[in-house]
Amino acid sequence: MPFANADAAEYWRSAEKEELALQKCKGCGAARFPARHLCPVCWSDQAEWSRASGRGTIYAATVVRRAPSPEYKDMVPYVLALIDLEEGPRMITNLVGDGALNWRIGDAVRVTFERRVDGVMPQFELVGNG
Amino acid sequence: MGDSLRNSAVIVGVGESEIGKVPHMTGLGLNAQAAKRAIEDAGLRPADIDGLFTAYSFTEPYFMLGSVLAEYLGLKPNLCASIVVGGASPAAMIGHAAAAIAAGRARAILICAGENRATGLSRDQAVSALAAVGHPYFEAPYGAFIPSLYGLVANRYMHEYGITSEQMAAVAVQSRRHAALHPNAHMRTPIEVSDVLAAKRISDPLGVLDCCLISDAGGAIVVAHPDLAKDQRKAPAWLFGLGEHHTHEHLIAAPSLTEFGASVSSKIAYDMAGVSPDDVDFAELYDCFSIVPIIEAEEVGLCGRGEAGLHFAEGHAAFDAKLPINTHGGMLSHAHAGAAGGLFGVIEAVRQLRGECGARQVAKRDLALIHSEGGIMSSHCTLLLGRDRR
Ligand SMILES: [Zn+2]
Repeated sequence: MPFANADAAEYWRSAEKEELALQKCKGCGAARFPARHLCPVCWSDQAEWSRASGRGTIYAATVVRRAPSPEYKDMVPYVLALIDLEEGPRMITNLVGDGALNWRIGDAVRVTFERRVDGVMPQFELVGNG
Repeated sequence: MGDSLRNSAVIVGVGESEIGKVPHMTGLGLNAQAAKRAIEDAGLRPADIDGLFTAYSFTEPYFMLGSVLAEYLGLKPNLCASIVVGGASPAAMIGHAAAAIAAGRARAILICAGENRATGLSRDQAVSALAAVGHPYFEAPYGAFIPSLYGLVANRYMHEYGITSEQMAAVAVQSRRHAALHPNAHMRTPIEVSDVLAAKRISDPLGVLDCCLISDAGGAIVVAHPDLAKDQRKAPAWLFGLGEHHTHEHLIAAPSLTEFGASVSSKIAYDMAGVSPDDVDFAELYDCFSIVPIIEAEEVGLCGRGEAGLHFAEGHAAFDAKLPINTHGGMLSHAHAGAAGGLFGVIEAVRQLRGECGARQVAKRDLALIHSEGGIMSSHCTLLLGRDRR
């Protein structure tokens, strides 16, 4: 798990439990990602954590064919995607699972979780192909 | 804002270092070589410089790079800073320089950028440099690096506006043709569209020839009070307009992948200069990847939405065509080394405005547009430079 700093500790604790958690502003109701001290829309500093549905759609994607560093060498080709969550925020993820290389913009995706040596990462897979 | 900085400053000197693989020079050395050439080009002496701006370096371990460079050059300026908005840094520095000159804080400001990025980086440093722009917690752990983030931008833009890989390839081909006419360009071997499409794939739809070079290179310019230009041998380039707009840093926070801050920054610049896109004679557009000048040409109003790809593919961006773009070869073929990439567009525009460009000289040279962006289409700065005071 990368860096569970004070802003995002709850996000990573939830991932350990295989839940995708988002901050929701108590001032204007906007869900936000990444987590932070105040709402970038209304500047309220009051927020609560809530469990996201884990459903989203592909806004854009790319197949990475040259690894950025040695630790990704065994993974290429892999898919990097921008996902629009049902709750509104946009995330970057890998597309994992069967058929990932056959993604199309607009495809429905759902969250899944990848256990790494250093923690649990939210990932997404295509709905219907997984 | 209005026309507050119109005609407030002129660019009186420009200089480039040796470019390509220059292992016998450090990054600071490349900056110094470019600075010496720019000050000589301006007909000034080092003692005339009372301000210094620079950006950042991934190759050399210095904090406070502005002060470091001043120390290296033996300058003791009254104004000194490192300004970091990625590739937009040099253009933004020109804005800060013009404001400082207008406020009476300095009269001749040296702007430098450059790195020994081709020969001065270990593999580990090169990787961390490429990953540095991705969000460290929420992008980089997924194997996101600069080319793949721009791959996402290209994918969405192609989806929305029908830009094709062939049109993107035409950007790289045109840049190489211009670089072949530039004596100091890093890559001058001709390429064709088929070469770009067949080149090693990096992150779809981008292949290696869609990606900017990694060069050892430094650039420098001198921005001065217009009074200083009166006695100079070479004609100054007048700053008519400039605008910035910053919408995000990380791609996950971009408001859109089809409309960016360049439309706002260019509007501010056009309004300041009192001109419109129709008045622009040629453009130097930031081209870290082949998709980027296509987006920028549309955003700043030089082409309609979805039309800039054809502008390149049909040859209209050539130096002797309708609207020349990246007449020095851009970062795809002339040079890219940190923040120097954006600076070379400014240097080229000044030389074109003066009529010094020989075999690649544009015919109409009254008004140049320069657009630079940093991050992942994050920080935008548009400049309008011209030949005569307006
Ligand atoms: Zn709010």
